[in-house]
Amino acid sequence: MDTKQTVLDIINELTGEDLSDRMDENIYENGLLDSMATVQMLLELQDQTGITAPVSEFHREDWDTPNKIVAMVESLRNE
Amino acid sequence: MINLQPYSNPRYFIILFIALLPLIIGLYFGRRFKIYEAIISLLFLFLMFDGKDAIQGYQLIGYIVFQFILTFAYERYIRSGKNKTWVFYLVVILSIIPVTIVKIAPHIPDPTADLIGFFGVSYLTFKNVQVLMELRDHTIKKVDPITYARFLLFFPTISSGPIDRYRRFAQDYNKAPERDKYIEDMRLGTRYIFQGFLYKFIIGYVFGTLWLPQLAKYSIIYGNINGGLRLSWALLGYMYCYSMYLFFDFAGYSLFAVGTSYFMGIHTPMNFNKPFISKNIKDFWNRWHMTLSFWFRDFIFMRFTFFAMKKKLIKDRNRLSQASYFIDFLIMGFWHGLTWYYIVYGIYHALAIIINDIWLRFKRKNRKKIPHNKFTEAFAIFLTFNVVCFSFLIFSGFLSTLWFGWK
Repeated sequence: MDTKQTVLDIINELTGEDLSDRMDENIYENGLLDSMATVQMLLELQDQTGITAPVSEFHREDWDTPNKIVAMVESLRNE
Repeated sequence: MINLQPYSNPRYFIILFIALLPLIIGLYFGRRFKIYEAIISLLFLFLMFDGKDAIQGYQLIGYIVFQFILTFAYERYIRSGKNKTWVFYLVVILSIIPVTIVKIAPHIPDPTADLIGFFGVSYLTFKNVQVLMELRDHTIKKVDPITYARFLLFFPTISSGPIDRYRRFAQDYNKAPERDKYIEDMRLGTRYIFQGFLYKFIIGYVFGTLWLPQLAKYSIIYGNINGGLRLSWALLGYMYCYSMYLFFDFAGYSLFAVGTSYFMGIHTPMNFNKPFISKNIKDFWNRWHMTLSFWFRDFIFMRFTFFAMKKKLIKDRNRLSQASYFIDFLIMGFWHGLTWYYIVYGIYHALAIIINDIWLRFKRKNRKKIPHNKFTEAFAIFLTFNVVCFSFLIFSGFLSTLWFGWK
């Protein structure tokens, strides 16, 4: 499965925006995502990629751009 | 028998510094003397819990043994590949039974409850529950018994926090800092401890020991004269004075705890960040008693939200966040105690943050129409400050004294 595409699709569903050309954009700073949307995103990532979402150890700075999200998902899948 | 309560007087700090000196020298040369550290920790804990406090010492030991059995049994269970939800709920409930009994006990005349309570049980429970939850999430794969014991029994923070996290602590504990980093740690540690002296022994003393009792006395006198809700200017003064006392006393203690930690090469997180310049309640809870606030955010708010979303308990996203906030702060209220003013304090902050959330969403939608300048910011800080001080008046329990004559 293509992690990058899955992540972009989920973000698109939550924010209405396709971030494929903006993989290093900070999605919190520009108001695209808030705390509730974050939880929704984690839930979708868990359902669609099989990772266990680290809901209690969520450090925003590790997840604040599409590229970082892809990297986190990949590293969680490889555990 | 000497009984040394943490940070209670200058003598404590002298003894502390002398005891820590070998450790400090070791860390300066890049070595962490773990065995020596364990011995002096046990000594300081012993001195905290000896004499008339001896019973509490035994309770602490019993509590640690109980939590160890629980944690390692659960770790074994998770590592065997299983992860049933009911088991998770069971271990968490078992883990919080001691603190629950301690909170209920004052309200029920039952001598066996005295078997459980000890100084610091409320704070230790956070550490235990955190590790259980992270085992469940697989963010902690393995708990090392010695590190876990040191984490729980870390004496600078054992009585009232700040609340550290296992993996962060383990990372610090399992190495010695580089020399220039350690020199910086000592510089910061010194600054924090002296700042703590100023806050707790001087400013907190003026507010809490010199002024507060006077304001209490006059609040009661004028309150009785005025009748009704027993309001008076003295009561207003009490509110602000108590708020200042609460901050300087607790921030002072937190600074001692963090400063001492730094000398031991452990970077315990800070608890306060200029809370009275908060622009709104959300900002406030990112600045006040931060380790508590973040613990509740990560282990109650986030988990409940995740759970409710997954099970589709509440469809509307805004309603869901409101429910999560409410549960989060209500539990925080209960954690302080089963007394009416602690519970009202929790509910008050729940409502405050829900209203704040609604306002922030409204502001985001109407950015163009709402003015934003130095005056609106000043007003926001002023309003937040008063909302917060009023919550502290509730928290102080003084209204019980004023209205119901409680001592």
